[in-house]
This record gives sequence, C-alpha cells and structure tokens, in this order.
Amino acid sequence: MSTAPFARRLAKVVGIDRLGAYRVLRVADEGPRAEPGQFAMLAAVEGWGGGSEQRPFLPRAFSIARHRDDETHFLLEDVGPGTRRLCELGNGDGLWVMGPLGRGFREPGEGRRALLVGGGVGIAPLAILQDTLGAENTTVLLGFRDAPRTEGAVLLADAQVASDDGSVGYHGLVTELLLEELERDAHALVYACGPAGMLEGVRAICAERQVPAQLALEAGMACGFGACFGCVVPRRGGGYLRVCVDGPVIDGEELDHVDAHAGAPA
Amino acid sequence: MSVSFCGLELAHPIINGSGTFDAIAARRAFGDQLVRDFPFAAYVSKTITLEPREGNPPPRLWESAAGMINSIGLPNKGLEGYLREDLPKLAEIGAEVGMALGAAPPLITNVMGASADEIARLLEECDSYEEIAAFELNVSCPNVKTGLDIGADPRQLEQVVRAVSPSTRKPLIVKLTPNTADVSLCAQAAQDGGADAVSLINTLRATALAPASAKPRRSWLGGGTGGLSGPAIRAVALAQVAAVAQRVEIPVIGMGGVRSASDARDLMDVGASLVAVGTENFRDPAVAARIARELVL
Repeated sequence: MSTAPFARRLAKVVGIDRLGAYRVLRVADEGPRAEPGQFAMLAAVEGWGGGSEQRPFLPRAFSIARHRDDETHFLLEDVGPGTRRLCELGNGDGLWVMGPLGRGFREPGEGRRALLVGGGVGIAPLAILQDTLGAENTTVLLGFRDAPRTEGAVLLADAQVASDDGSVGYHGLVTELLLEELERDAHALVYACGPAGMLEGVRAICAERQVPAQLALEAGMACGFGACFGCVVPRRGGGYLRVCVDGPVIDGEELDHVDAHAGAPA
Repeated sequence: MSVSFCGLELAHPIINGSGTFDAIAARRAFGDQLVRDFPFAAYVSKTITLEPREGNPPPRLWESAAGMINSIGLPNKGLEGYLREDLPKLAEIGAEVGMALGAAPPLITNVMGASADEIARLLEECDSYEEIAAFELNVSCPNVKTGLDIGADPRQLEQVVRAVSPSTRKPLIVKLTPNTADVSLCAQAAQDGGADAVSLINTLRATALAPASAKPRRSWLGGGTGGLSGPAIRAVALAQVAAVAQRVEIPVIGMGGVRSASDARDLMDVGASLVAVGTENFRDPAVAARIARELVL
C-alpha cells in the first residue's frame, strides 16, 4: 500500500477533457503513485465554499483513474456542489490533493482471470487496475445509464458495454453480462466499482457462485484517513468498516449487503 | 513557545479536539512522516466508554454551510479494548514522536459515562497507566437516571465532577457542552466540583433533513441528530470561551472552528491557555502544525 504524504499538497490542473457526461481531470501532482483502487481527497484552491448553500466545505474522495507520464487522472461527474466546482476547473488552476489513501485491489491468485465490472463514474479505478494487470489479462464489462455516459468506456481497453436504455451495446444491466461470463467460466476474480445497486448485484452473484469479489465502495467522507468515522458500512457479523481505511476495496464476503446509505457530500 | 498546562510541559499550545484525529489510523495512512511532523503538542484520544459501542447507523455526515454535522455516535472498543489494543499503540506512536521531536506529546484520554459511578470506574481503571497524562471528561452524555445531559445542568455537573475527581491523581479536564443555557455557570460548576481545567466548545446539536423527495420528511442522519462543527461555529466558540475564561480560574482549552493561527490567537486573547483544532484536521491533517508554527512567529 502506498502511504500518503502527511498534508494536503498543492497541485496544478493541466487539463480537463470532456468525455460524454464525464470529465477527465488531469493533474500535475508530485505525490506518490497510487496503487489501483486507492483514492485521493480533492478540493479546489479557489471557490471551495462559494457554491449552492455555501458548499462545498469538505474535500471530496476520488479514485485515482490513471497515472500517465507525469499526470494523475480523475474521472468526474457533476452531481453536487463539490463535483460541480471540480468540473469547472481549468488549466493552471490550483487543486489541493491528499493521497494516495486506502487499501486498493489485490492481485488475482490461483490462476483466476480478472473480471473487471464497472458502472458509471465508478469505472475509474478499473482503468488503473487494467493498466497494472495488462489489458490482455482482463475481461472488462461496463454499464452506463445512457449514451453520453457510455463514452466513458474509452478509458478501458476492449470493454463490453451495457446501457440501461439500450442506446449503446447490450440493452440491460452490466450484472447480466457478468452472469453470462461466469456461466462460461467461473474461475475468475471479480473486481467491481460502481453504484451501490450494481455492487450489491455483483456481490450477491459472486457470493452465490463462490467467486471472490473485490468491491471498491464509495462513501461520503469528511477526512479520508480514518479520523471522522463518517464513511462506515455495515460489516458481516456486526459492526462497521471504515471505507477510507478498511477499504475502499473490500472483499464481498466481508459484507452482508451493499446499500446506498453511505452517500453524502457529492 | 512552550506552554505549561496543569503540570504538563507542552511544546506549543495547539492540540487536537477529541474524535477528530485517529493517530493509529493516521500512522498507517501517512507512515513515518506522521511521526516526524506530528502536529499536536498533546494528543487527545477519542471518547472511551465502559462498554464497546458500534456507533450510529449511517448516514453519519452532512455538509453544511462552512461546516458539517456529524452523527457518529462515539464508536469505541470500550475500556478493556482501549487499554489492551489502543493504548499500547498510542504509547508507541507517542514514543516514536518523542524520538523524532525530542518530546513525546502527552496523551489525554477522553472518557464518557452515563453516571458518576461509570465515570469513576473509567478513571480508576485508567489511573495507573503511566502512558496517560491526563483525562478529558465528555459530559455531553445523557445521565442514565435523569436523561438530561450531565454537562447541561450546573448542579448535576458539579455533583458528578465532585464525585469522580478523587478517582484519579492526574489532571481532569471537563469538556463542557455548549447545549446549555449558560456555559459559564457550567464551567464554574466544574471548577467547584474539582476540575483542573475545562475545554470548550463541543459541537452544537443540529440536524439535517433527507431530500425533499423523501416523504415524510425525516432526518438524513441515521442517529437523528448530530453535532455542528467547523467555521460555522467559530463565533459561538469565541463568545463562550470568553465568558468561561472570565468566570473561572482554572485553565481553559478553547476550540471551535479554528482554521488558522489568527483564529487560534483570537481564542487565546480571550483567555484560552491551549487551542484545539478539530474539523479542520479533516480538510488538512497537517494544519495544526502550520498553526503552531505561525503562532510562534
């Protein structure tokens, strides 16, 4: 696990690329390289606090989507005051970055093939995972709500795409593609990230077939380093896990279910 | 800018608010750099209770204008788990910081109980541990008998502090609740009961509603209510710290929305001996070190 420098650091935005409904935020960041599945806390240096209801106030957690040359990439979707402000950033703007944080994905063992299952903006950590494992060693299944969002699929190589509205690729849920893949060959390790409903589907499908699954969870969090205890999810057998330090990648078998409750600052 | 506080020698006047910095988790997240750049002159643990607590069901957080509401519910391993698992780790981190910086930050253990008996037991069982330098008593806890927060009523607070203060030889800091009619009367009561210092302000009781689409309108927070913190409460903190510092002779630890050396200076200028940084640690975990440096300049 890569540890983070102890402080947020000032980084510069070097580009922001439109990708359908998403933005790829490209940052010149001198921090340590992330392992796949790790995340960083981001906040704009200017205008962080001037939005709707004087938000945002807290930094926002984002998976590292990719390191390319000297750049670190994050995938954004405007869904609230924090993500909106980040989507507005332009070249040369300052960005506070703290990370990499959390426990990332673990390598597949026992000759299992890596099956990457992503939904929406949650495809981000699967991109850096595929970079690390090598495209030839991965099978990629991605699901999106509609056509503008399916454009995000270019972040990964050789992806099979599903869309909720049938506008692109398979008409239906990405979990249906997962079922087909597992029917064909269940000797796999599933890596998944996406909305809570999708992750719960992946968890249940894998649990039933005893296929190991590593789920990258999302949660609103105040700090990202284990201090606030705000990002918890219920652990199987009782108690809670902190998404920031026990995850964000958590084995499916550690959870009874994935619910949408962990949400919040967006 | 070393400071003497209740017999403890501190390198500077900046500490952390209880529950806003988990040194054990931070040691893992930040590695050795946490030790080299440890930002607090004394380290305050999160609240320990007799029995383990899981904390509130999520959602536990809400972001407000210039602040946040937390409804965490004081999850902790209980007294036994704290002494067995966390205290040795905190002591080790303290020793590492001592090696790196020349002085180990004293550990202040924050405890909470629903009765004087519970609190006395917590203090007694911790008292023999040399690793603990002082206690902070969280009195924002409903009294098991009256249902009223122990710290909300001066008479009740004085009785409890008087009953528990003989249970330890170490300094006892009473962390006052701001959710009361007159916090300076509560500070006076804590002093009269035998407290060695008071700290304030704790979070202001607050809530947030789930989105309007959810009917009936209910709280967003799994715990129903929570506590507001951050810059949104700094002006309240300044007024309450000033009122308390005028009222009592014992030292005062001021906190509430501190983000900068100038914020800390404000609290010290109205009478705080030490200043705690809380919510701002979430936004930048190293902020307290910067505040301490700037205060010295």
